[in-house]
Amino acid sequence: MPVYNLTINETIRVVDAPADMPLLYVLRDLLDITGPKYGCGVGICGACSIHLGDEVVRPCSVPVSDVGDAAITTIEGLANGEELHPVQQAWLDEDVAQCGFCQPGQIMTAVKFLENNPNPNDNDIDAAMSENVCRCGTYVRIRAAIKRAAGNS
Amino acid sequence: MHIRKTKALIQKLSGKNVVDEDGSSPRDEGGVIQDTSRRRFLQFTLAGSTSLVVGGAFLEPQSAEAAGIAIPELSNFFDAGDIAILMELPFAHSLVLEVRPDGRVYFELPRLEMGQGITTAIAMIIAEELGADYEKTDVVSSDRRSDRPFMLTGNSTTVRSLWGPVRQVASQARARLITAAALRWGVSPGSVSISGSRVFDSEGREASFGELSSEAANVTNLLVPATPKKLSEHEIVGTGRGRRNGRDIVTGRQAYTLDGHHPDALPAVVARSPDILGELVDFDDSVARGMSGVVDIVPITNGVAVIERTFHEAFLARDALETQWTPGPVAGRSDSDLREELDDASPDLGADYWLGRSHTAVFEFPYLSHAPMEVLAAVADVRPGQAEIWYASQVPNYLAGEIARKIGIPRKQVTLHVPFAGGSFGRRAFGEAAIDAAEASKAAGRPVKLMWSRNDDMRHGRFRPMARCAVKASWWGNWTYSFKHKITAAATNTESGMGDRLTSAVAKALPTGGLLQAGFQTSVSLPYRFGATKFQLTQRDFGVPTAAWRSVFSGMINTSNEIFIDEIAREQGWDEMEFRRRHLDSDSARRCLERVAEMGDWGRSMPAGHAQGVAVHMEYRSACAYLVEIDTTGDEPRLTRSYCAVDVGVPINTKGLSAQMEGMLIDAWSVMFLAGNHIDDGRVREGSYGDFLWARMNQAPITTEVHVFPASPNAKPGGAGELGFPAACAACVNAWARATGTVPRRFPIGEFA
Repeated sequence: MPVYNLTINETIRVVDAPADMPLLYVLRDLLDITGPKYGCGVGICGACSIHLGDEVVRPCSVPVSDVGDAAITTIEGLANGEELHPVQQAWLDEDVAQCGFCQPGQIMTAVKFLENNPNPNDNDIDAAMSENVCRCGTYVRIRAAIKRAAGNS
Repeated sequence: MHIRKTKALIQKLSGKNVVDEDGSSPRDEGGVIQDTSRRRFLQFTLAGSTSLVVGGAFLEPQSAEAAGIAIPELSNFFDAGDIAILMELPFAHSLVLEVRPDGRVYFELPRLEMGQGITTAIAMIIAEELGADYEKTDVVSSDRRSDRPFMLTGNSTTVRSLWGPVRQVASQARARLITAAALRWGVSPGSVSISGSRVFDSEGREASFGELSSEAANVTNLLVPATPKKLSEHEIVGTGRGRRNGRDIVTGRQAYTLDGHHPDALPAVVARSPDILGELVDFDDSVARGMSGVVDIVPITNGVAVIERTFHEAFLARDALETQWTPGPVAGRSDSDLREELDDASPDLGADYWLGRSHTAVFEFPYLSHAPMEVLAAVADVRPGQAEIWYASQVPNYLAGEIARKIGIPRKQVTLHVPFAGGSFGRRAFGEAAIDAAEASKAAGRPVKLMWSRNDDMRHGRFRPMARCAVKASWWGNWTYSFKHKITAAATNTESGMGDRLTSAVAKALPTGGLLQAGFQTSVSLPYRFGATKFQLTQRDFGVPTAAWRSVFSGMINTSNEIFIDEIAREQGWDEMEFRRRHLDSDSARRCLERVAEMGDWGRSMPAGHAQGVAVHMEYRSACAYLVEIDTTGDEPRLTRSYCAVDVGVPINTKGLSAQMEGMLIDAWSVMFLAGNHIDDGRVREGSYGDFLWARMNQAPITTEVHVFPASPNAKPGGAGELGFPAACAACVNAWARATGTVPRRFPIGEFA
């Protein structure tokens, strides 16, 4: 089995995995990084969303062999120690989560979205955030948290 | 370990000590008096303990609060919440509150936290009554407790059933801390006050909870009454607090069942029949056995379990199995057949009366998956004669019995841990994943963590039953004198009863739906003066697994009623809001309705294709109303603005309550406009969120404004977790009907409009 050196949350992790194994299972089952969640396994719910380099990806649909040198950031790597990322803080301030299972994916998606569009309007938010399912229906608060993080709440 | 010892001690002491209601004159150690008053308080403390541990129950039959209702449905007297309150009482003595030496307050909640916010609400109630620092008040879901058969999380009853007992236990602890401080300082207890987990006297002395905990445990005579605060004295209850585990969620630290630390438990998935409930005939694992990561492959009741190094490899090996199955019980039948059978089984609504006019409608609902975000999963470690299971169950005692039967060990040997759940919506009243895991662990002789894939969840899970709701009203002039509702539905499985041995035995012993008929009659309500009302449930068992789905019958019956009421209002020439206002027989529902009318400026002029819709609902001793605005001019209809007003008697956490009401509006839009399941020749068509169309951000309203009415004097909390769904469903559909001039009859509208 091939060996991969993955940079995950600024730490190098060495892992032995089949080349076709999706990154989600490498993270969760081999490296015990459980922030990214299995929600559908086929890239349609967004619960596992992480950052791969500058992109938001769904690790359930990215084979580990495609990762290469790109830095992986999961929800666990977003805060700076105990200091939350502004998007995480906004999520707390708006009390967004209910069951919380989709929220790591929602937050990771929102972080990249706001990096690319620091001052989004409602249409922008619709376009960027509609690939992530929240079964509890926290969308109104997610929208509010994104606006809060963008400073235009 | 500390907790386990404590529990054992408490169980020993259980029931031996009785003090009177306010604990003012206890006689012997631990405080005991036989009280002759109507209300009694069982309580026990651990004398000699290094920390204050209090258990107790407030014994007051919570009588029906039915005065002043004109023609009441049964539910006005007695509903599922009252049953839960009564069932909780005999076991409430085993609630345990602990003030630890480090000053933290610790409480194990015998309910499942699944995102509905009960651990936050209960922590607020405890901090309020105890005078504790809310931030230092910890509430966690307890493991299954065999000493309390009633452990149901459902029917929106958690706060209702525990409001009395939890406050009583906390106020006992508070009285003990005050007494201990008064004794320590030699001052009058009247000069001692308590707040923020600290105790003070009027001369400036103070001590922390942790410092007083041991002395409080050894108090023999309470010097102050242990009476819960008045509502008017509340400073925490009734405010808005963020979810207790919010920080863990946003940092990814929150552990769900599969995230727990179980280094020896290996991933497992199950190969299942293509049909609903097809049975395994034979399988060939010769290819799968040779695949990467395979540890074991074992047949279980529901298929073939594949145990692997990773879930990915488990999926691959599962797909490499050759399997043969019997046809399932629904094979050969599809939606159209089932729909026809329901139609045939529907009782007649009766001939028109000679007086005035009538209106009739039939509303149809499809099967509906619960589809919680966290797929069902369980960790199981089955050893000879015992089992340790982790599964987020709404009915842990019932489930433990099922597991015990399946693997052939005594129920008392089943330890069941109840982790935080990623949603439920009724699904976790059953625990198939835990049973699968226990069987696989037993067969393989090793611990496993077994996950249902999303396809498993959708194709082999449970559903809100397919149903048709036939409604008829008759009126003469402005007098609506008859209202009938006959729902004919696929049978809803309530075998778990109230989650305990007794009611689940009753549920199983009765003919199909026996317990359900009782539950039906206690859940139906029509808060209007519509003369003679009649509700009737007819069920047909099609073999498709079902379960209660958030709001159970109300989600179809009251939704239908509120859509229908818009129609009869228009038939009678009334504005839909005014018609409701004139006919409502509940002040609570009326004030919710009037509040949303004001918030949303009911009747304001809107462009073509836009409209408002309104609806109310009363259940669980609570009431709510929604007013929504819809825009039907785009490619897809969309809610633009939405308003909700909610009266739960005593709101505990306004933020959490608002979150529930906001979320239920998304449920409503999803269910009435987008999502539904189909049966094709005995199989479920949908497999995931790609075809089970749950609302996304671009299908949600931009804002939802929720008004929470503050506590009413002398009120008790009503239920909230399912309250909003029926009114939200109807408000959305009513807006659509008004905007488009159509008459919605079959849901979801996106499929049938």
